[in-house]
Amino acid sequence: MAQEHNLAIFRGLLKFKSNTQKIWGVLIFLSIVTAIEVVLGIYKPEVLMTQVLGMKGLNWIFIILTIVKAYYIAWDFMHLRDETTALRRVIVWTGVFLICYLIFILLQEGGYVEAVFRNGFVKNTF
Amino acid sequence: MDTTVATTGKEGKLWGGGNEPLKASYGKMMMWFFIVSDALTFSGFLAAYGFSRFKFIDSWPIADEVFTHVPFFHGSYPMIYVAFMTFILIMSSVTMVLAVDAGHHMNKNKVTWYMFLTVIGGIIFIGSQAWEWNTFIKGEYGAVQTKGGNILQFGQYETVDGKETFKRVAIADFAKATNPDRVLHERKNGLWYVTEAPLPEFTIEEVLTGLKANPEVLVRTQMLTEEGHKTVLSREESLQQIAENGKLVVHGANLKVNEYGAPIFADFFFFITGFHGFHVFTGILLNIIVFFNVLLGTYERRGSYEMVEKVGLYWHFVDLVWVFVFTFFYLV
Repeated sequence: MAQEHNLAIFRGLLKFKSNTQKIWGVLIFLSIVTAIEVVLGIYKPEVLMTQVLGMKGLNWIFIILTIVKAYYIAWDFMHLRDETTALRRVIVWTGVFLICYLIFILLQEGGYVEAVFRNGFVKNTF
Repeated sequence: MDTTVATTGKEGKLWGGGNEPLKASYGKMMMWFFIVSDALTFSGFLAAYGFSRFKFIDSWPIADEVFTHVPFFHGSYPMIYVAFMTFILIMSSVTMVLAVDAGHHMNKNKVTWYMFLTVIGGIIFIGSQAWEWNTFIKGEYGAVQTKGGNILQFGQYETVDGKETFKRVAIADFAKATNPDRVLHERKNGLWYVTEAPLPEFTIEEVLTGLKANPEVLVRTQMLTEEGHKTVLSREESLQQIAENGKLVVHGANLKVNEYGAPIFADFFFFITGFHGFHVFTGILLNIIVFFNVLLGTYERRGSYEMVEKVGLYWHFVDLVWVFVFTFFYLV
């Protein structure tokens, strides 16, 4: 029962001959991304430490690289690439919508509590 | 057997489940249901971690200073070990997906081997995590907790390669325990069924005496400077802080105290990596069951290795969660 596999990654830029080859290709890609993360995490280049949209630029890079990794794990290891479009959307959109909402609510609240401390309504520096 | 593979006897019928718009078998659909809900659980934890972190944004521990150990090596190697753990987990994900692929080709021999390697990878990962926990719980330098629950650490300026750097100093290196007579109150003696927390190695007075005797030792607070380093106090401020606000000497981390910084950091570390570790553990058990089923030829007789694929989905999900835990605990 050999199944149909979509063997192209990077929007068709890279095509593999077999599913096994694609798996190794994705492994190499994920390892490279992890290596970049680790190197950036150890050396923390000064240039990337500036604030971008309320967070250090480096942190944005980490988060984006993480989502990239998550995409390839879900698409190639969990075979979402080979599922129907509808199943893919059911899984991804549900999660993405709810998680974005949750993150927004909690981080907003965390920032508010921090402001309460910072403005001296509640003292915690003793 | 029919229940585990796609056929339900309703093919072609519009009602009764015959219509399959998503073209996924029952088992696979249910695994995806579970994964989506579990993903929401984990994002709940990670978002709660984000909440606490935003709350203490100006005093959060710096991960590079907390997780610096590598087994069998002395010295400070931030990130290296956890990068190794990440790589192990991705590797075991790869062997898992190779097992699924071999299953599609009905190659029992290959599936067996790849499942075996996946289990080994999972065991290495969970062992590494146990080691990581152990190091974190044992702690390294010790610190003083203040009345307000803040953490004061110790260190001194040293010149390394012509650059003045702040080196941490362990409490045991400058304080001397002078009063060893104080006995831990256990529930079996004194006031019955009343216990107390384990005694710290040093009292605040001993730390203060030690600090006075070592003029080069300074106190470092948790507050972050503009450059993202922890604030180092002057000599006078150091003595004053310990004398006025010092309350408890802490060494290592548990659910109540944490020598690395905010106690909630340790709580989240234990809870989230623990919950993830529990998932890895469950995944290993499932993989072992599937491994033996493959060995016994169950799926060969069933004519489909879909069970490998379903367990594989779970295993990849565990890997997926780790990618996020790795980012938010060790990188960001």
